[in-house]
Amino acid sequence: MSIINRISNLFRRSELEREIDSELASHIEMRTADNIAKGMSPEEARRDALIRFGNPLVTRERVTAADAEMTLDSIWRDLHYSARQLRRSPAFTLTAVLTLALGIGANVIVFSIFNALILRPLDVPQPQGLYNVVQGPKGFVSQSYPDYLDYERRNKTFSEMAAYRFLDAGLSTGSAAYKSWFYEVSGNYFDMLGVQPMLGRFFQPSDEHGPNSAPYIVLAEPFWRSHFAADPNIVGAKVEVNKQPFTVLGVAPASFHGTDLFLWPDFWVPMLDQPQIEGFDLLTRRIAHAIWILGRLKPGVTPEQATDNLNSVAAQLAKENPAADDGMRARLVKPGLMGDFYRDPTRAFLLGIMALALLVLLAACTNLAGIFAARAADRGRELAIRLAIGSSRWCVLRQLLIEAVMVSLLGGIAGTLLSAGLLGALTRWQPLVEFPAHVNVVPDVRVYLIALLLSVGSGLLFGLLPSRQIWRTNAAQAIKSGTTGTIFFRRFALRDLLLGVQIALCTLLVTSALVALRGMQRSLHAPMGFQPQGLMLAETDMHMAGHADKDALTLQKRMLEEAGKIPGVTAVGIINDRQLGAGVSSTAVWRQGTTDFRTSTEVMTPDYFSISPGYLRAAQTQLLAGRDFTWNDDEHAPKVAIVNQTFARRLSGSASAVGMHFMTGKDESFEIVGIVEDGKYESLTEDHQPAIFFSLGQNLESDTALIVRSQLPAVEIASALHRMLAQIDPNLPFMIHSYPEALASVLFPARVASASLGIMGLLAAMLAVTGIFGMAAYSVSKRMRELGVRVVLGARPAQLMRSALGRPLILLLAGSAAGLLLGVVASKLLAQIVYQANPRDPLVLSGVMCTMALLGLLAIWIPARHALAIDPAGLLREE
Amino acid sequence: MARNDLQGSLDLLVLKTLSQAREMHGYGIVLHIQHASDELLSVEEGSLYPALHRMEQSGWIRSEWKLTETNRKAKYYRLTPLGRKQLLEAEKSFEQLVKGVNAVLRYA
Repeated sequence: MSIINRISNLFRRSELEREIDSELASHIEMRTADNIAKGMSPEEARRDALIRFGNPLVTRERVTAADAEMTLDSIWRDLHYSARQLRRSPAFTLTAVLTLALGIGANVIVFSIFNALILRPLDVPQPQGLYNVVQGPKGFVSQSYPDYLDYERRNKTFSEMAAYRFLDAGLSTGSAAYKSWFYEVSGNYFDMLGVQPMLGRFFQPSDEHGPNSAPYIVLAEPFWRSHFAADPNIVGAKVEVNKQPFTVLGVAPASFHGTDLFLWPDFWVPMLDQPQIEGFDLLTRRIAHAIWILGRLKPGVTPEQATDNLNSVAAQLAKENPAADDGMRARLVKPGLMGDFYRDPTRAFLLGIMALALLVLLAACTNLAGIFAARAADRGRELAIRLAIGSSRWCVLRQLLIEAVMVSLLGGIAGTLLSAGLLGALTRWQPLVEFPAHVNVVPDVRVYLIALLLSVGSGLLFGLLPSRQIWRTNAAQAIKSGTTGTIFFRRFALRDLLLGVQIALCTLLVTSALVALRGMQRSLHAPMGFQPQGLMLAETDMHMAGHADKDALTLQKRMLEEAGKIPGVTAVGIINDRQLGAGVSSTAVWRQGTTDFRTSTEVMTPDYFSISPGYLRAAQTQLLAGRDFTWNDDEHAPKVAIVNQTFARRLSGSASAVGMHFMTGKDESFEIVGIVEDGKYESLTEDHQPAIFFSLGQNLESDTALIVRSQLPAVEIASALHRMLAQIDPNLPFMIHSYPEALASVLFPARVASASLGIMGLLAAMLAVTGIFGMAAYSVSKRMRELGVRVVLGARPAQLMRSALGRPLILLLAGSAAGLLLGVVASKLLAQIVYQANPRDPLVLSGVMCTMALLGLLAIWIPARHALAIDPAGLLREE
Repeated sequence: MARNDLQGSLDLLVLKTLSQAREMHGYGIVLHIQHASDELLSVEEGSLYPALHRMEQSGWIRSEWKLTETNRKAKYYRLTPLGRKQLLEAEKSFEQLVKGVNAVLRYA
């Protein structure tokens, strides 16, 4: 109550003064009236009343001054005083605010991304009870549609379960055809999520009557806006998905973009139409793990109970379908990042970066603590006088703390504004060309709260560090000697330690950044089992234009023929899904003669591809033994396969496996006719994965990646390919780009890692420079007189340098050495994201040393010149 | 030791006055103290109002604008429960002060 009073008093001072005036006036009137009643004349009566009161202005001042004795008003005065102090040293204030803005800004950005990807739930009504049901072991653990139906029917713990699958298709609107990314979802998907349509309606279970029975499509708001000109009468319009007719049923609201945090689909269609759209049937194949299950828990059911319940269902299913569901288990994970396939690495990476960002902020705080301590020391006499005339230590400290928090809040505001701008840009940024992936990282309340917390926290931190020195100040001593700073700086103080730690941190970050950069550079030239340089890609799915099976093969053969005729093209080939692309599939492999096909009896799960004859030559994949395919390896010929070295070694124990057989299922036996070198198939960091190449003539695929090797400039070959493909089928959407360009998505994690480490390293380097500079400059300025005496006594410049700057240099050396050691350890972690991250690379080591030496030189240059330019005569005259 | 100074005594006098009357304006407090002390004590009016303001900010008293019997606007003060507690403490520490001063005076 009284606190609120006092605060409001501060802001309505003039009103308060009016009130006091009228109270005093009423007092004087009453006294005057009484005086008159006692028989004085009116003038006399009034004069007497006024005299008793003294000067009313003074009285009013004294009344309001009563507030000043209360803490709040003095805090108000402290604020004024602090603001004046800061205005008086704009260079210091600006440096401090900028330092903090960078430190806090970096933290806000990283936390905002963490918040968007890990903390924030799906943007749907009541997201709390939603869980992805994934398979037991960790990894890319999607489910099959028959399993989904059984889970949904038999479980007792979920009120509803929906299924979804994200994929691409050709969408034509009559006038144009696009390659679109979309969701196939179960009929209850929208109902379960509780999303309301913006236009028209969503499809529901009642729309579905068996496979391919619900040709309805729901558009995403941005797609409706960009491709249908936001047509309000779109409901009922006809479109084609992979040449199949669909009717627009409605438009989803702008806030809803499906059930993955980072994917932005163009539309949704019922999963029951999957066979029709994709040309093969996922709905009946229990072995095909290609969909995600999202369920809403019944109220009051815990995730543990639900997991137990689902596991009992899984055990039943494993008994009923041993071939497909052997050993199946269920886990519940937070939805939004493909189960936990992306969640775990993302969280680990972001937590790591967050720790680094906090360390950078800590470094900024130690710098500022140093500067504040130095300022407090320079103001030692002023502080001592305040203590001497009876100001409590707490009052002095409070004023210094207020100054510190004021600076940190200013820095926090600047940092938050900066990062809000950057986060806005980051939200719009779509890192992968062919894939609609981006993340909404616009800061929310939680982010702003963290920013406030960080600001106040760091202000208190760097304000309190020098406070020990105030606490120990002996007023009498301080007034005599004029400074208290020496107490803080003479010993091997906390500050030295902090600066050392900061330099170590900076070295660590610089090392990691360089290691990551080198790894990136090397990964572009790593042996991938093929040569992406000089390759042009044209990717499509024949199915988008309604071609399948034999029809597709005919077209593929024509493409190869026509592409080979383009002048300047030296080799062509077709593979169904390009190596290091998004759609790589794997299959289980059993030994020849197996009769019991279940997970526990399989030999390995290699990635597999279908390739045309000539692909290996065009890709420059070395054939180590045996032969390449020919078009005679077709459906009438015995089934053959080319495998890589790792596959051969695992199957036969030696590298010579040509002529051996293996099985991928009942009656699916293949003879190995060739062996190729190992390569990278899914990611650059993977280690010797087994792989199979099937003959495209035997293993028909509508997915098509045409690769063209040529010395021609990319633009030229791309336009030639466009013309050629348009002649073959104008309705088939193609994506034409160079192979190195297409690898962007594989390199994306490594790029992000190097970029974040680089930025953090840069920040840390800037802070280290200001930190060393601050310390060196301060130690020179404090010891001017001593240095002057040394000069008079004949000290040579080198000796002068040693005594003036010895300590900062020792700190620099020790800190760098420690940081380098830490960097070597940390690179082991980095190796999981960045290919061949190796700190024992001489280039990295010398790079780090050069950087640190440069930083040190930069930081010490000015103080050193100051020390050398000492004019002893002038200095000695001064005092 | 409890704080005992002139300001403390003024607070005590004001609190005591307000504990006896239900509510009173500043001028009334001045008159009451003068009257009750047989004209021995006269409150300096320039000191009273700062004291009242401070006591109000501390939550010992509350104020309200009202009309006097003679239809004049005046600010009336009354004691809060917190003020009542404060009064007890002030009385106790004043008694100690008196005891202490007496003891010194009688010391022979």
